[in-house]
Amino acid sequence: MILGLTLRSQLKTALALVERDLTVLFKDIVPFALRTAMQPALFAFVFGYVFPRIGQGVGGGHGAAGAAAFVAVLLPGLMANTMMFQGVTGVALPLVAEFSVSREIEDRVMAPVPVQVVGLTKVISASIQSFLAGWLVVPAVWIATGGHAPISWDHPFRLLTIMPLCALVGPALGLVLGTVISPRRINYLFALLLVPLTLLGCVYSPWVALHAIPWLQVLTLINPVVYMSEGLRSALAPNLPHMPLWAVYGLLVTALAVMLWVGLSKFKMRVLT
Amino acid sequence: MAEAILCAELTKRYAGMAPRSGAPAPASSPSSGNGSPNGGGDNGGPNEGEILAVDRLNLEIREGELFGLLGPNGAGKSTTIGMLTTRVIPTSGKALVAGIDVVAQPALARTRLAAVTQTNTLDRGLTVFDNLYFHGRYFGLPRAECRKRAGELLAHFGLEEKAKSRVDQLSGGLAQRVLIARALLHRPEVLFLDEPTSGLDPQSRLRLWDELTAINRAGQTIVLTTHYMEEAEQLCERLAIVDHGRLLALDTPQGLKNAVHAERLLKLTLADCASGRVVEAIEKVPGVVQAVCDVNEGNTGHIVHVQADGTPGLVGAVVAAVAQAGGELRDLSVSETSLEAVFLKLTGKEYRA
Repeated sequence: MILGLTLRSQLKTALALVERDLTVLFKDIVPFALRTAMQPALFAFVFGYVFPRIGQGVGGGHGAAGAAAFVAVLLPGLMANTMMFQGVTGVALPLVAEFSVSREIEDRVMAPVPVQVVGLTKVISASIQSFLAGWLVVPAVWIATGGHAPISWDHPFRLLTIMPLCALVGPALGLVLGTVISPRRINYLFALLLVPLTLLGCVYSPWVALHAIPWLQVLTLINPVVYMSEGLRSALAPNLPHMPLWAVYGLLVTALAVMLWVGLSKFKMRVLT
Repeated sequence: MAEAILCAELTKRYAGMAPRSGAPAPASSPSSGNGSPNGGGDNGGPNEGEILAVDRLNLEIREGELFGLLGPNGAGKSTTIGMLTTRVIPTSGKALVAGIDVVAQPALARTRLAAVTQTNTLDRGLTVFDNLYFHGRYFGLPRAECRKRAGELLAHFGLEEKAKSRVDQLSGGLAQRVLIARALLHRPEVLFLDEPTSGLDPQSRLRLWDELTAINRAGQTIVLTTHYMEEAEQLCERLAIVDHGRLLALDTPQGLKNAVHAERLLKLTLADCASGRVVEAIEKVPGVVQAVCDVNEGNTGHIVHVQADGTPGLVGAVVAAVAQAGGELRDLSVSETSLEAVFLKLTGKEYRA
């Protein structure tokens, strides 16, 4: 009688797969940090430093005080935005390449675990990347705005639960996209998906502020970045208006579960014939 | 256990499109056979739009063998390897590798086997050494052992100097050796190689043959596919000749050649042999075993393949017979009986890789 693989041996394999991804990530940690920090830093600089001082646009006309108030709105949004971007690209880009051109994934899908575990470890590795990227936004914004990165520590439970959830949602979406997009269409990922997700993700204003444009306020509800921004705002800037927490947790957990289920099924289909 | 591999009525049908060579196609996965032989139940012919890649394959490969699956492109070799290495789910039938059912327990089976595919699948994010190291880690080996074995295997394959290299800097031959070294790291009971020498220069090919022979002598069971006749003949202890998904013959290379009952192979180029008169005349020449006309081949006429024994003066008699039957002979070559003659006898057509 041959016994199956133990849970312990499968866990060891899964950890080794994550370790492989993190080794690759940390090998290029400086370029990763620069890539991650550039967009939020420049955004914060233009909207949170330059505009208020020249009396232009959002937060304008109130000088440094207006800048501080706007950065409080902006910071959680930029974290959500960055986490989504890093999460999606952290899984989808390597996966599209590894499935088609390089076929590098071959060795990992031959690891002694059910093939879905390989897909799951991709999500976990990218969620660590996404988590780091989210926190990198704080010093980036702090520097870019000349010392403003207001963070509240009053709700540690929210922070401890919402940050990991946000870190997982992007990679789970990345898994779905990475298993369905063909390499020729990878450019659409940015133009048709990531740009609208992030620009219409309540990154630059709270969701309630959209009540002036009701159709847009309803439409944005299909965007997971909205719940990430609102959730992080509830944790890091609790004085600002935010969505009810049940909506934040409920939608993030549901979206994560659905995308993982779809992504892992698609992953298995891509690996096995 | 004496058998490293056991296949019973192993069958794979693809719905609609053909599989891409070397890689499982992202086809909708058909319901997997539940392990019972003859799960398909019908006579095995493909239905409309289906492709029967492997047709009721029965195979036993012994421990320690260097076994070859030989056949032209599209014969079903890669699909067979795909099923045995858990990547392609059989439509019906059963396959055991190292005693483990690859359909029922694929993850467990993967601990006992290793697969080297046709393409370079080295992890480009890692160095050569780390490719081996992490492969061992995936199989749960302790860190120290992974490092030790990675060092040993790189030394064995003469790759120590490349340990810290990026894998995209390796030549095709070096990359192939790294792939094999990596596959051996977790001490698989069976090593599968799918077209291991395709795309290699002749020198790298010979070196790889030597290395595979050496590993095999050290006790490693090896199953490889190839469409190169000479590779199969020189390298493999036993051979399975496959075409259109079916096993045509299985024996040692010498045993296969003996079964042809011929010592020489004549290849005649004629202006025309479609009428069959010339072929009949050739077959009547004493010493000729078989003559087959292949009208689909040859730009300047038709080709007749003649298998013959060692009767003296036979070539002259064949030429005379052609002339007498009114045939116009344009070219003639004579060669020793080879696996090509075996393939010709089995399929009635010339082997084209």
